[in-house]
Amino acid sequence: MSLKRPAKDQPESFEFNSSSLEAANKIISKYPKGKQQSAVMALLYIAQKQNDNWIPLVAMKYIAKLLDMPYIKVYEVATFYSMFNLSPVGKYFIQVCTTTPCMIRGAGKLVEACKEKISENESELLPDKNCSWMEVECLGACVTAPMMQINDDYYEDLDKEKTLEILDKILKDEIPKPGSYRGRINNEPENGRKTLMELKNA
Amino acid sequence: MLKDQDRIFQNLYNDLGSDLISAQKRGDWVNTKEITEKGRDWIINEIKDSQLRGRGGAGFPTGLKWSFAPKEVGSRPHYLVINGDESEPGTCKDRDILRFEPHKLIEGCLIASYAIQAHVCYIYIRGEYFVDGQKLQTAIDEAYEKKLIGKNAAGTGWDLDIYIHYGAGAYICGEETALLESIEGNKGQPRLKPPFPALIGLYGCPTIINNVETIAVVPTILRRGGKWFASLGREKNTGTKIFCISGNVNNPCNVEEEMNIPLKELIEVHAGGVIGGWDNLQAVIPGGSSMPLIPKEKCETLTMDFDSLVAEKSGLGTAGVVVINKDQDIIKCMARIARFYKHESCGQCTPCREGSGWMWRMLERMAKGEASKDEIEMLGDVTKQIEGHTICAFGEGSSWPVQGLLRHFKDEIKKRNNFDPIVKETQNIPYLVDQHLLDKNA
Repeated sequence: MSLKRPAKDQPESFEFNSSSLEAANKIISKYPKGKQQSAVMALLYIAQKQNDNWIPLVAMKYIAKLLDMPYIKVYEVATFYSMFNLSPVGKYFIQVCTTTPCMIRGAGKLVEACKEKISENESELLPDKNCSWMEVECLGACVTAPMMQINDDYYEDLDKEKTLEILDKILKDEIPKPGSYRGRINNEPENGRKTLMELKNA
Repeated sequence: MLKDQDRIFQNLYNDLGSDLISAQKRGDWVNTKEITEKGRDWIINEIKDSQLRGRGGAGFPTGLKWSFAPKEVGSRPHYLVINGDESEPGTCKDRDILRFEPHKLIEGCLIASYAIQAHVCYIYIRGEYFVDGQKLQTAIDEAYEKKLIGKNAAGTGWDLDIYIHYGAGAYICGEETALLESIEGNKGQPRLKPPFPALIGLYGCPTIINNVETIAVVPTILRRGGKWFASLGREKNTGTKIFCISGNVNNPCNVEEEMNIPLKELIEVHAGGVIGGWDNLQAVIPGGSSMPLIPKEKCETLTMDFDSLVAEKSGLGTAGVVVINKDQDIIKCMARIARFYKHESCGQCTPCREGSGWMWRMLERMAKGEASKDEIEMLGDVTKQIEGHTICAFGEGSSWPVQGLLRHFKDEIKKRNNFDPIVKETQNIPYLVDQHLLDKNA
């Protein structure tokens, strides 16, 4: 289990803006009548997007009211799932996968790069709040290991140099191109593909 | 090697485009109506004949699972839930289906929903695959627009709505009942079985839960016949499977191959061999991190299917093959996997919640050579205390890799952790030494 604590400094109020509310209502309509509680994860995610990538306690209370469920149940869900940030993270939130398949292909070097460029410690915000990084568990792109995720995008087939380049761009507030950094568009073997050969040349 | 025309996922590498028109050129959605007109019993029997086993890890026969759904719809509606919470380290096959072959999955959802009489289907995708989920959503929108799903889907007379539900980074939600809890808006903590979801599942209604890959192969099986699928592989381990080969190989890749393919062929032919040559191989995790590793000697002759791997006291799992060569520290690799399980334990059952952390801390010390001799036996004992004493299979999943390490690399651990805290104190690790002994020395 992982330990998660809400931030000390909490905002006074929170409300969905009109586009968030529209998205939220659309999601609630996916579930049967009376089962609107199912939408809680999606709504927390919307709240997180709206509130600079983290969820304050007032947002949980707001969602609880919106979905007509106890606040503690929303709190439970928000603390259980690792993708909900309960304290501020950077505008560019970098997650480096360090589980075994990535580890044996050199994920440690990616962590080194983050330590050099961003901060010595995990989850430490830069003074301009632009960037923070953390180690996470398997992100499900083991064939293109080592890899990291920045906000919604995957950056795959990395090494230390390429990571440093990506981080440099981010520190200049540019969004680097997501995807494989060895030019792969898929998970085919890079050299000597042996299958579906006719289609390759089609 | 499997012939190209027998590969189900022709667009695994996105040579052809994932949109609806390209998918139709490959044969998706061509005669969906004719398939459903043959009736529910025919569909379920054909899947039974194909001997298709679930691709999510447990390998439960799919046709049998479908036949558990009540024959008549009572007061409670039926649901189909697709498990796309792919989080097993070493596995990344469902992601390629979501982004490159979404229409195979959607068509499979329609046929499966028809077979089990569900009008609503939820596809649960892990939150990190947000971008890939958006690609699936585009495909779903396309299908709605062309009336392939929705009211009177594809002219079959069956109504079907498909919704995506995103997870938020919890490995445990890949367990089917935890996944249902998660959709219902709770913490993802598994339920006791029985009752099984086929009778009491999502919102207390009959629910069938299948993996993405299982459902995506269904339309092709029905088109080409269960006999064709059963002719590939071997008895009870039939058909094709997407293997993900990662780790210390020259060309890590996803490849669709026949069941029962030799592991050596998979690594040497498709993945370009082990880095440093075959002799540099140390061990292979054959089916995602939950499955016990297999040492090099056995890799020579091993074939990859459910039953032959069980015979080696391992399992096919999700077919995520992680190759570990001799440049890696095997104890450290397993310690990292133990840390993964410690992080992902949902905390519901004490043996798993406490034991997973215990295993991780012991392995970390063993990797550094700080553990004592008797701790090796103790570690084995801890794994036995977890295994079989938890609500879900996560307990087995976290203890099996450690048991695999102890089974095959015990000598390596012993070599590194060779001190006896009681007899003589060669290293200064106070918390392992009886305190009164320390006092005497001082």
